[in-house]
Parts: sequence; structure tokens; C-alpha cells
Amino acid sequence: MNRREDWTYEEKALIPPVVDTSRLFWFTAVGLSAIVLWALYAWYYQLQRGLGVTGMGRPIYWGFYITNFVFFIGVSHAGTLISAILRLTRAEWRRPITRAAEIITVAVIAIGASNVIIDLGREDRLLNVIFKPHLTSPLLWDVFSITTYLTGSVLYLYLPTIPDSAILRDRLPHRRWLYGPLSLGWTGTERQKKLLNRAIAIMAVIMVPIAVSVHTVVSWVFAMTIQPMWHSSIFGPYFVVGAIYSGIAAIIVAMAIIRKGCHLEAFLKPLHFDYLGRLLLVMTLLWTYFTFAEYITTYYGNSPDEIKVMMSKLTGPFAPYFWTMVICCLPIPLIILGVRRFRTITGTVIASLLINVGMWLERFTIVIPTLSNPRIPRYNVHYTPSWVEVSLMAGCFALFILVYMGFAKLFPIISIWEIEEGKEGVQETAERLESYLPEGERDEATGPPVPAAASVA
Amino acid sequence: MPRYGMVIDLDRCTACQACVVACKVENNVPFTDPEAAAKGRTMLWIELLADIEGSFPSLRASLKPRPCLMCDDPPCTKVCPVNATYQNPDGIVAQIYPRCIGCRYCTNACPYGVKLFNWRKPAWPKPMAEGLDPDVSVRPKGVVEKCTFCHQRLQAAQERAAWERRPMREEDYQPACAEVCPPNAISFGDLDDKKSEVHRLSRHDRAFRLLAELGTQPKVYFLREVGK
Repeated sequence: MNRREDWTYEEKALIPPVVDTSRLFWFTAVGLSAIVLWALYAWYYQLQRGLGVTGMGRPIYWGFYITNFVFFIGVSHAGTLISAILRLTRAEWRRPITRAAEIITVAVIAIGASNVIIDLGREDRLLNVIFKPHLTSPLLWDVFSITTYLTGSVLYLYLPTIPDSAILRDRLPHRRWLYGPLSLGWTGTERQKKLLNRAIAIMAVIMVPIAVSVHTVVSWVFAMTIQPMWHSSIFGPYFVVGAIYSGIAAIIVAMAIIRKGCHLEAFLKPLHFDYLGRLLLVMTLLWTYFTFAEYITTYYGNSPDEIKVMMSKLTGPFAPYFWTMVICCLPIPLIILGVRRFRTITGTVIASLLINVGMWLERFTIVIPTLSNPRIPRYNVHYTPSWVEVSLMAGCFALFILVYMGFAKLFPIISIWEIEEGKEGVQETAERLESYLPEGERDEATGPPVPAAASVA
Repeated sequence: MPRYGMVIDLDRCTACQACVVACKVENNVPFTDPEAAAKGRTMLWIELLADIEGSFPSLRASLKPRPCLMCDDPPCTKVCPVNATYQNPDGIVAQIYPRCIGCRYCTNACPYGVKLFNWRKPAWPKPMAEGLDPDVSVRPKGVVEKCTFCHQRLQAAQERAAWERRPMREEDYQPACAEVCPPNAISFGDLDDKKSEVHRLSRHDRAFRLLAELGTQPKVYFLREVGK
């Protein structure tokens, strides 16, 4: 039973990446760990000396850390939200994507939240947010929504791994100690399947509004102040759209790496990149719409304080970042994703990488220019991040990839049982698709459905 | 309860910065070296705001000493996640240094740039370090601080008045900046007390408040320079 020849096709393809580790994997893991260790040293250095080791100063009290916080929390919208929406809409092509997406959320939301902790002047007093909470502070709302989102996402990631844990428990006896408890006694009975599918469906419904709340509240940290170009009523939806935008881009990049690295070309087909590319195209247009609405109203409002911030982005010191953002987020993705010929795997990956660069710059040009241009002018201070901030940012990215790689060594990065379920359900899916159409007898294999009355006649 | 406020007559102010020095000494405000100052880390609880109007050669500079404006509706207190900055019953916007987590949300929410962050452990050159005010706590690294209207003086005055079994008088409590001002440009007192000088001056024709359009309702008023 436990010889590989007896495994199903899915198991043969998806279990080996969990157990067989290539030399490239180890090289990458060691390299990334070195970066993470260096970042830990940088953090220790900062803890010893205070935030003076950063490049921040008055009036730029927030810098790379808060930019990274907003960026990472944004990317976290990839997984849970997209997976929940695809599950709820019963999109059959979701099956090889969901798990790869969900782990992005869990890894990245924890990293995003730790950026706020790194940014605190007194991280030793962090628990004051629990013991001395002040409910009017949007930062406290962040604490609530992010912890809820993290907890829910972990649960939502865990539920669909139960049947796979059971498969691994049976297939890999030497790891029984791990997968035994994780599989919760799964034997694949009808009742268990029914319960699991119901639990996943309930979690999917719950996670959608929570995910929306997370980046809305992140945006409100800025929008609830009265600072120029932060105090904007469209910030909530604008941030959510940007978050989903960078999130889908992150999924596409992760999928391409998994496809090559784990040799899963048979599972992640050009079709999946094409479909996600279409979704990304929609987000490109939505993001553009929101950005345009945000800037055109500021321009027409012509309030001197707002215009000062806006011009520092359009033509001032932040222009290089702003226009790079525009180029990365609008014309290039629009051409690549909008033209069928370019919407290939390579095409969507290039677009996705640029979108993530652009979205990081968007976060940067939201946080810094407003702080650099306060209403009462006094300062001539420019923000340049110090080596500590750059190191910690590199560490965050390295840690994210490392967590992702580690997860792929624990669970099949593509859900085995969901693929098998999809295959078994082809007939059922076909029947479902048929039920969308008007009733009627189908003409001998080729023709369109003929209305019942007509065929009788 | 009194509503402590301040009126600064810009027509009298000579921009001598005696208030800045007095405040720095009174409140143990940390010393900043030029290197830190270049990074925007100067620590001043009251400082001169410079407004330059026009361009060379026909320019005009106007200087305003700016303490914390002690808003009646402060944007900074709302956003503090741990209630480390709040408005006390005297209307003074206060800081609780041992509770502050150093997130700097309040510094970013204040439209006047009043709030300051301790980027490093505060340090003073030798002779200065020996002359710290024992009534004012030295802030640790990583917390936010700002002008408190010399709150320690209010506490001392209240205690003395209680000891002498009499109500507080206006002269009992004056912040260091108001006390030291050579041309007497800074008046300080209870804005709600109809007999007080600040009550009268805050209703003066020349009176205005900084960024009053934001609705923060500062309790610090300025009197416009005559003929401007």
C-alpha cells in the first residue's frame, strides 16, 4: 500500500515535493536564513539604541516600517479573500490555487503586523493596547481586525489541510506523529466530508467581510486624521482595492515559482494564469479608477495644503517614486494583461512583479509625502531610511519566502483531495452547468438544446 | 474647573527666545546636538514658528512662539491607542510617559507639529545634567512628550493654596515661558474667568488662533501685530 507505485496520480505528483528536498532548496533556505538573522541583529541594534538608528525625524515620524506594514497587510488580501470568493462562486479552476494563496495570507499578515511592533518606541509596553485600550483610536481597531483576520485565516488554511493530513498520515509512516494529530481522525466518510465542506463554506463567508474590514481599518489610521491627503473618504475602498490588486499579483508570482520549483506544470496550467490575469486586469482598472478619483478631486478642491502634498508627488521630490508607481501599476499591466497574446505565464508574472513594486511605492507615497508637508511649514528634513530599516525590510521579505518554503515541506502546496474531488465531480459540475441553461432536449451531441415543444412537433 | 489658556501678543514679542530657553530648563527638555538637529530631532516644547511672506527683496518674516496649543478638541488624544495622551479636567492636554508605547500616531495627527518623540535616551552635557529640575520627570527613550503648560507648577500651586486654605490666584500659576517673557508678551490664566486678562485679550480685535479652520479650538491665542 505504501509503495509509491500504488499512489494515485495526484499523490505521486504532490507528495514528493513535501518529502524530497533539492539542493537548490537548501541553498535558498540558508541564504534567506542569513538575511533573516542579519535583520534580527538589526532589530537588536535598534532595541538597544532606540528608534534614533532609523532615518526618521520630525516631521516624518513614520517611514519604511509603516510603509511595509500597509504593504504586507495589503498583500495578505491575496489568499483568504480570493480563495473565499472563488470557493463561494464555485469556480472549478480554483482547486490548485486556493492553498498556495491562503498560506500567503497567514505568513504575510503576521509579518505585516510585526512591522508595527518594530516601529514602536516602547515594544516592551505593547500589551498596553490590551490593558489600557482606548477605543477611539483607529490603531486599536487595527489590533482587533488584524488579530481576527490572522486567527480566521489560520483556521481557514487549516480546515482544508485535514484530508491531506490524513493522506500523508497513511502515506508517510515516519511522519505519523505529525499528521496523525493534525488529521483529527479523518477517514473520509460522507458525514466527515459534508461537515468539512460546510465548515469551509462558513469560514469563507465569514472571512470575506473580515478581510474587507482589515484594509479599510488600515486606511482609516490615515484617513481619520485631518492631515492633507490622508483625510479622504475614499481611502477605505481605495486601500481594499489596492490590497486585492497587490494580493492577486503575489499569488501569480508564487504560483509560477511553485510550478517550476515543484514541477507541477500539469496542475498549474496556462489557463490558471490566464484567468487570474483577467482578474488582475479588472483590479488594474479599478485601482486606476480609484487613484484617478482621489487625485482629480484633490486637484479641483485646490486646498493649498493638499495641493502642496500632491505637487510634491507629481513634480516634487517624490515624483520619481510616484511616476514609477503609475507606470508599474497602469500602462504596463494594462498592455500585458489586456492583450490576449501577452497574457501568458511569463507575461502575467512580469506584470505581477511590477504591480508589487508599484503598490509598495503607492504605500510609500501615501505615508511619506503627507508627513513631509505639514500645514505649518518649518522643516527642511528629507527622509532617507537607515541600514537598520533597509535590513529589516529585506528580512521581512526573506522571512516570508522562508515561511512559504517551510510550509511547502509540511503540506502539499496544492490540495490533493480538492483536486481529486474536482476530478470525481466532473460529471456533477457538467450537470450543474447544464442546469444554468434553459431546459430542453439536446440535439444529437452537436446541436443546441431544442425546446421540448419543438422536438415533440 | 478653570480652562487654562494663553494669549501671545505678537506686537510685543521681540522673538528673543527667552521663553524657549526657560522652557527647556524648566521641563528637562533633552539636549540635541547639531547632528541630531539636522535629522529633525530638535527637542523644543515651545519654539519660534517662522512665516515668510513674499520673496526677496520684498519679504516679510513673522515669528510666533508656539507652545502646545492645548486644543479643546485635540486631534492627538482621539488617536492614542492606549490613552497615554488625554485631556485633564483643567483642559490641559497631558501625556502619561510610563504608558506611552511610542507609536507616534499622536505626533502625526497633530496639525501643529507640537509633539516630540524621544529618538534616543536623553542626555545632557555635564554642567547641564547637574541642573535638572527635580519636579519634572526625565522621559525615557521611545516615548512622546510635549508642552504641558508647566503642569508641575499647577500642582505645586494647588497644593500651596490648599495648605493655606484659600482659592487659587492667577499669579500662583504661571508657566515658565509666561513668567520669563521680557516684554510681557505672554499672558496666562483662566479663559473662563471673566475678570482675567486672558479672557479679555482672547476677545480682542487682534486675537486669532492657529489653523482655527480645523475646528481643534486651541486655547492659545495670538494677537496680530499692529498695522499688519
